[in-house]
Amino acid sequence: MFPLIAENKRVAWLLLSTGTCPRCIFRFCAVDFHAPYKLPYKELLDELQKFLETEKDTLIMEVPNPPLKKIRLEESEDAIDNLNQNGEGRISVTGDGSIASKNSNINVCNVCLGILQEFCEKEFIKKVCRKVEASGFEFTNLVFSVSFPPQLSVREHAAWLLVKQEMGKQSRSLGRNDIVQLKEAYKWITHPLFSEELGVPVDGKSLFEVSVVFAHPATVEDCHFLRAICPDCFKPAKNKQSVFTRMAVMKALNKIKEEDFRKQFPCPPNSPKAVCTVLDIECAHGAVFVAGRYNKYSRNLPQTPWIIDGERKLESSVEELISDHLLTVFKAESFNFSSSGREDVDVRTLGNGRPFAVELVNPHRVHFTSQDIKELQQKINNSSDKIQVRDLQLVTREAIGHMKEGEEEKTKTYSALIWTNKAIGKEDIEFLDDIKDLKIDQKTPLRVLHRRPLAVRTRIVHTMETRYVDEHHFRLHLKTQAGTYIKEFVHGDFGRTKPNIGSLMNVAADILELDVEVNSFTEGRSLAH
Amino acid sequence: MATEPGVSAPSIPSLVDRYFTRWYKADVKGKPCEDHCILQHSNRICVITLAGSHPVLQSGKTIKSISYQISTNCSRLQNKVSGKFKRGAQFLTELAPLCKIYCSDGEEYTISSCVRGRLMEVNENILHKPSILQEKPSTEGYIAVVLPKFEESKNITEGLLTQEQYEEVVGKRINVTTATL
Repeated sequence: MFPLIAENKRVAWLLLSTGTCPRCIFRFCAVDFHAPYKLPYKELLDELQKFLETEKDTLIMEVPNPPLKKIRLEESEDAIDNLNQNGEGRISVTGDGSIASKNSNINVCNVCLGILQEFCEKEFIKKVCRKVEASGFEFTNLVFSVSFPPQLSVREHAAWLLVKQEMGKQSRSLGRNDIVQLKEAYKWITHPLFSEELGVPVDGKSLFEVSVVFAHPATVEDCHFLRAICPDCFKPAKNKQSVFTRMAVMKALNKIKEEDFRKQFPCPPNSPKAVCTVLDIECAHGAVFVAGRYNKYSRNLPQTPWIIDGERKLESSVEELISDHLLTVFKAESFNFSSSGREDVDVRTLGNGRPFAVELVNPHRVHFTSQDIKELQQKINNSSDKIQVRDLQLVTREAIGHMKEGEEEKTKTYSALIWTNKAIGKEDIEFLDDIKDLKIDQKTPLRVLHRRPLAVRTRIVHTMETRYVDEHHFRLHLKTQAGTYIKEFVHGDFGRTKPNIGSLMNVAADILELDVEVNSFTEGRSLAH
Repeated sequence: MATEPGVSAPSIPSLVDRYFTRWYKADVKGKPCEDHCILQHSNRICVITLAGSHPVLQSGKTIKSISYQISTNCSRLQNKVSGKFKRGAQFLTELAPLCKIYCSDGEEYTISSCVRGRLMEVNENILHKPSILQEKPSTEGYIAVVLPKFEESKNITEGLLTQEQYEEVVGKRINVTTATL
């Protein structure tokens, strides 16, 4: 079972004698199967020492430096403390006294800073799992992500140079990628522990993410010398707290010359007094999407909250009437509402409804039966008579894309109630029914000119169908190209839409009511599957 | 048009009244009765029009021509705006002339911006058909569209008259005229 072979001995001994932990030694000896890493720490240390014992004397003969004295004294605790320049008691980072006391006789690894030591222990994993359980998320699998302090890369680099040099003496080489990544080894050890503790598999594709952020305050300055050598790798960015990001440090390490590095940083790295601290243990669930269609029956309801200068114009919106319920039921942090097009505040949306989708960000509840969703739809519909929702369903992110597709190519159907200043009879409006595919030129309406470019857009009014109401009113059903400004087509917008209903009839016309009919059967199918 | 038979008031306020606030400037540049009306949209866009009391709109006047050429090398027709942010617009002060109206009686009137802002467009329709300026002065017969600066949009109407104040001014004029008769 013990994975090291004779040719690893020198490297293993060198690392162990300079304060590196057994699991990091495995990594640098390119042990790429999981089992050895999972053995209990104490057992690993004993086995490693036994492995090295056999040839200890010969090795000592060849190593010129003080470490040889210390390795002999390994069994004695004083000697270990001495080796690590670690006189005082170790600080427990997790704040969990039991872990600290249990491991207080273990030297903090000079390469992983305790990551492959106490942070691989069951106690630590249990502590993370308690947090996961307390967070109240629903999940059937999880992805575990860790963030290590950037200086770990510097220490890793130093250890690599050391080992490379040692192997060079044996005419063997060691590439950067031959080493087992710290993150890999850490996952090999911890994933089975998570699965066991939480009873669900660890899956890289899971939407539920448990992330742990490690820091090591005592050694943050480890990477500062890189800035003087590679200043262009460390450019300040707006949203970065520090220029020493892991990516920047890696970039600088790839550029830096070996001799420059060795001048600035000890190889082997010195031994730290304490293990990493846990900055944060966080749980988050990837967004889920709900789609459906809505009808709007109010002429006083905007689609999205209408706020000007921080002041609310109307108390509600379609978006809120739908999403507020979803937010509560999914126990999500926030939502993003999107729809296939939009309507003005005073326009009703009829027909089988306008497709919409709501992204629920960081939902705590995600398991719903179709019955649950049906009840949720009912709940939305019972809470307001201004809107009604149908075909509510859980969808994938991709399905939202289909909803937005072809928004501009569509034909729209409208119904408008029109007022004319002059008295009209049926015969005055009949001619409109015979007009087919009327081309109109619309300058950007004055009502949106403040936020859209000024342009003349040609649109087509495919058909018009009139219904006489009284001598000053008639109803007009229109089929138009998407993007036609209907209100402006009726009243002319100061003569800026030409022709318009007023100019066609030679009257002054105004629009009193407008309804849009959205009938999207094809979209319905793509939403359903 | 308000006197035609069969004409009714709509059941809701007119387009102008629904979306715009009417502001006035009387005796622009000290010239008596040359009143302007500024229609301010709730989105801060201003439409410059002639007030009903402007001499051009009094009975008997005929417009011979309208010109947006306000000096030898500046024509409002050259104004071009591009993009969402309307780059390239001519900047107008309150006193900036927009156009000149020449009447058949030989009188000549200059229309001013009355508000500070950037010129969005002028109404070219009135060049081809000056009569719409007289028929529909507050809609299709508008002069120009001006977009005030966002930060100034609250104050641009400070020196202007409200509908009520304007009616008062016009009322006094009639009294003066009748008194002198």
